[in-house]
Amino acid sequence: MAHATTTVQDQETKLIEELGYDDHFHEHEHGDKYKSNFITKYIFSQDHKIIARQFLITGIIWAIIGAAMSVIFRLQLGFPDESLAWLQPLLGKWIEIDAATGVGKLSQEFYYALVTMHGTIIVFFVLTAGLSGTFSNLLIPFQIGARDMASPFLNMLSYWFFFLAGVVMFFSLFLSTGPFAGGWVAYPPLSALPQASDGSGAGMTLWLISLTLFVVSVGLGGINYITTVLNLRTKGMNMWRMPLTVWAFFITAIIALLSFPVLVSGFLLLMFDRGLGTSFYLNEIFIGGQALDHIGGSPILYQHLFWFLGHPEVYIIILPAMGLVSEVLSTHCRKPIFGYKAMVYSILAIAFLSFIVWAHHMFMAGVNPFISNFFVIFTLIIAVPSAVKVFNWISTMYKANIRYNSASLFAIGFVSMFISGGLTGIFLGNSAIDIQMHDTYFVVAHFHIVMGVAAFFGMFAGIYHWFPKMYGRFMNETLGRIHFWGTLIGAYAIFWPMHYLGMAGVPRRYYRFDSFEYLRPFEDMNQFITIAAIITFGLQILFVVNFFYSIWKGKKMTTKNPWGATTIEWTTPIEPIHGNWPGKLPAVQRWPYDYGKDGREFIPQIEPIGPNETEVH
Amino acid sequence: MELTLKQNTGRSKIHPHKLALWVGCASLMMMFAALTSAYIVRQSAGNWLEFTLPEVFKYSTATIILSSVVLHASYIAFKRENEVGYKGLLVLAVILGLAFLGLQYQGWIQLMENGVPFTLNPSGDFVYVISWLHAAHVVGGIAILAVAMIHAFGLPFRVSPKRKLRFELSLTYWHFVDALWVYVFFFLTLYR
Repeated sequence: MAHATTTVQDQETKLIEELGYDDHFHEHEHGDKYKSNFITKYIFSQDHKIIARQFLITGIIWAIIGAAMSVIFRLQLGFPDESLAWLQPLLGKWIEIDAATGVGKLSQEFYYALVTMHGTIIVFFVLTAGLSGTFSNLLIPFQIGARDMASPFLNMLSYWFFFLAGVVMFFSLFLSTGPFAGGWVAYPPLSALPQASDGSGAGMTLWLISLTLFVVSVGLGGINYITTVLNLRTKGMNMWRMPLTVWAFFITAIIALLSFPVLVSGFLLLMFDRGLGTSFYLNEIFIGGQALDHIGGSPILYQHLFWFLGHPEVYIIILPAMGLVSEVLSTHCRKPIFGYKAMVYSILAIAFLSFIVWAHHMFMAGVNPFISNFFVIFTLIIAVPSAVKVFNWISTMYKANIRYNSASLFAIGFVSMFISGGLTGIFLGNSAIDIQMHDTYFVVAHFHIVMGVAAFFGMFAGIYHWFPKMYGRFMNETLGRIHFWGTLIGAYAIFWPMHYLGMAGVPRRYYRFDSFEYLRPFEDMNQFITIAAIITFGLQILFVVNFFYSIWKGKKMTTKNPWGATTIEWTTPIEPIHGNWPGKLPAVQRWPYDYGKDGREFIPQIEPIGPNETEVH
Repeated sequence: MELTLKQNTGRSKIHPHKLALWVGCASLMMMFAALTSAYIVRQSAGNWLEFTLPEVFKYSTATIILSSVVLHASYIAFKRENEVGYKGLLVLAVILGLAFLGLQYQGWIQLMENGVPFTLNPSGDFVYVISWLHAAHVVGGIAILAVAMIHAFGLPFRVSPKRKLRFELSLTYWHFVDALWVYVFFFLTLYR
């Protein structure tokens, strides 16, 4: 066995040397100029592999913070009468302790702050930077056969802007007036008037600064991803030979670059309203009986600008996850991905449609019903390319000899989550049904399953699959499976009941429900959800332990290509080097999904088409 | 870092830095597209003060177009190894760029004096905000041209691929802010 693998690896090296492209990289480079010391190697690194790990670990830290916040507000929702005094060492004055009884209550203002921060952190810092930042950086150069990104320097800046955005947001948690508490969408007037609530002052200012820095990070990253994909593909790597991961990252970057600037414009007008007395979003407002002199603005205008980013943003989150899942599924099913071109075209269709559906977030905000019809139609049409993708994943799995491991299980879990969450989207996309459903737990259930849990599942599939490529070791498989099954069951246990809550009219964002007679029957259900949330959170800690333990103590990788994958990142040395390949760059000869072809289990992309073989497309 | 860019697979492709700049410009353009769309949406909602744009903005538009033309001439002179033309026209382009900012400032003063002060009505505020945001991009452009001048006057004159690329990048950005203003100007003139 060991002999056989060595022979395969020798063959691969020979193929790269014979057919590869010589860019004289190492002659110029004289070793690795970035590895000169610890700081340039691990901190201000310009190497895409290190930057990917920086994005990932920063994302994991934010995920823990964001998820812990949700556990705290779930405690409040599930057990509103229990004392939370034990949380005082962590939350300080945000736990208000009744002097007479000693019962500690979560401050209502801070409850809103927690909900707001949970959304902001998970959507932007974890599922945008942590997911797309990590895997675009890791896989684009690896899978298209590039030495690094087009501009490693801008790439480094991209990470550090993200880091700075995180620092600013983190500081806002410690303000005496608390972080911003008006919802992650930051609608005016709560976000526009510093006097509107405690968090609307300094908290909102830091929130705006943080997210503006974040947009700079996304911009610099996106410019790099697009340029690298278009410019630095190796010999033979035409667009139709790119793995679906790269397609997904590429299109995601385009969506991000077209939509995030619109958010900045929205923020710019918001900053003017906040600080300089303009009235873009404000109109005839009274605060504390006092009339403000803001006249002539429209809060709906902000919503348009926000959701013009906000909707594409959910595809910025989910497309990379879809790309990772396609790749992981095909590799572990040992079958070509079903409908490769259909997959690419559906990514393109989703990307295009994502820009013309934003007002479905605003059906109940006073948008003209005739205009709503337009948005309903396009929203429902998005179900078509999404269904094409689901059909293709299922067809890929159909009759496959699936290797069940943490990576493939999470990929299959993704498909399950995406179906469950996608179907409820069809309900919400109807403006008539939305009259009943909007702002209820039905919406919370929908988007958490379809873009929260599903995106996390895609990310986990990617982490388990490419962990050996990142760290040269494997993650623990048993812990990985416990993590998967626990999370799958836990996530459904949390979010499935929320559909019923929502249909019964339980509104989202409420601090407690027991003062409403019609909501009393749901006390038990809320307790159940909270308990499920705590257990599921515990399982994520298990993942984090597994992750960090495996970096240093995991089982070592002994062959270059442990999964038997076709893509070229698995031809790079186990011990990563600057420039990725020791000699020539590999030349790509075929598409990335030649699994189970001509009686062979897999044929690497670097192997030429044989004399009796026809290329797949 | 530079060396990683030398990867060329034999196909004639646009230089990665140039492509990156174009992509970046497209992204910046979206900021202005958003603001002008917001302008249209807000205008249709009523309570919209009507006024004419100050005359000065016409002169500033002419100035920035001229500046773009002059910078392009400087680039042509650079390629033809005409050192005097290259340096002289580069300086002229920067002066015209600064003049543009001065004229914009005059435009804002005039707008105020015409009875449309800042914060009076969104219709005027949009003009201020969009032209300020554009001016910020011009300031960035002038900083880039300042670096180009340091290269022009600080380094010995030589037409190398690296310096040609740098100049082309500066030139593209400058044309971009120029075109951006022309768009903004026509938009604000037509959508009154």
